[in-house]
Amino acid sequence: MSDTDYMRHLQGRYEVHGRDFVDAGLVSSQIKKGLKSQGIHEDIIRRIAVIAFEAEVNIISYATHGVISYYLLPDSIIFEAIDEGQGIEDIELALQEGYSTADDSIREMGFGAGMGLANIKKSSDIFEITSELGKGTRVKSTIMLNGK
Amino acid sequence: MTLAEVRDLLDAELIVGQERLELEVHTAFGADLMSDVLAFARSGCLLITGLANLQAVRTAYALDIAAIVICRGKALTDTFVETARELCIPILWTPLIMFETCGRLYRAGITGCVREIGIQEKTGVGY
Repeated sequence: MSDTDYMRHLQGRYEVHGRDFVDAGLVSSQIKKGLKSQGIHEDIIRRIAVIAFEAEVNIISYATHGVISYYLLPDSIIFEAIDEGQGIEDIELALQEGYSTADDSIREMGFGAGMGLANIKKSSDIFEITSELGKGTRVKSTIMLNGK
Repeated sequence: MTLAEVRDLLDAELIVGQERLELEVHTAFGADLMSDVLAFARSGCLLITGLANLQAVRTAYALDIAAIVICRGKALTDTFVETARELCIPILWTPLIMFETCGRLYRAGITGCVREIGIQEKTGVGY
């Protein structure tokens, strides 16, 4: 199986715009509604909803534009967020809890505590991140269904 | 404790969720920072916050939080109330400050949904 085979299982695709603070969390809510209608276990849905929320906030805060997609496979759910934006200079540092470069507009919304990427990683079974400075960031999370 | 009892204890108004008055809650999480709520709160708890925006409602929805208690008498917008109704998140509104809100609930037997942030939370066990 090639490593892009999962793309055949696309369930939803959402555009997210930078600085669009009012809509933060909307994609998370929409994905959650979609997964509920598919009869996925609530614990799995909760993890995906958290991952989606954090990814949305990251795109809104740090990118000009991004696309969030999720794929429902027989044994897992794959979540992917790809953005065009400033990118991350030091991924290891960005993954540390509490490390943040958020500005006041992000904090007023209730975010920017430096928990986002760490929380995405914590909520994933497999977590992959690549970033290019000045170009953008790609986050891919896999959640195993384990019969749930 | 039921949401009706929480309402009475906090001199609160139930803004959304009249049909959920008998819903039982045993734990709570208090914060204005949704980053921390998303990272540490647990499903089924009460969320006590002074952040009355759409992100608080959507965070509660993401985590299957039982109900939101808006403290410090923060003004609620129509959009906030409509979104809470749409996502079926009960909203209690109290003029009490967060400390007083948490104190009254704790004295009445409600405990933190996590007691402290330690290794368990950081490794994600507990979902």
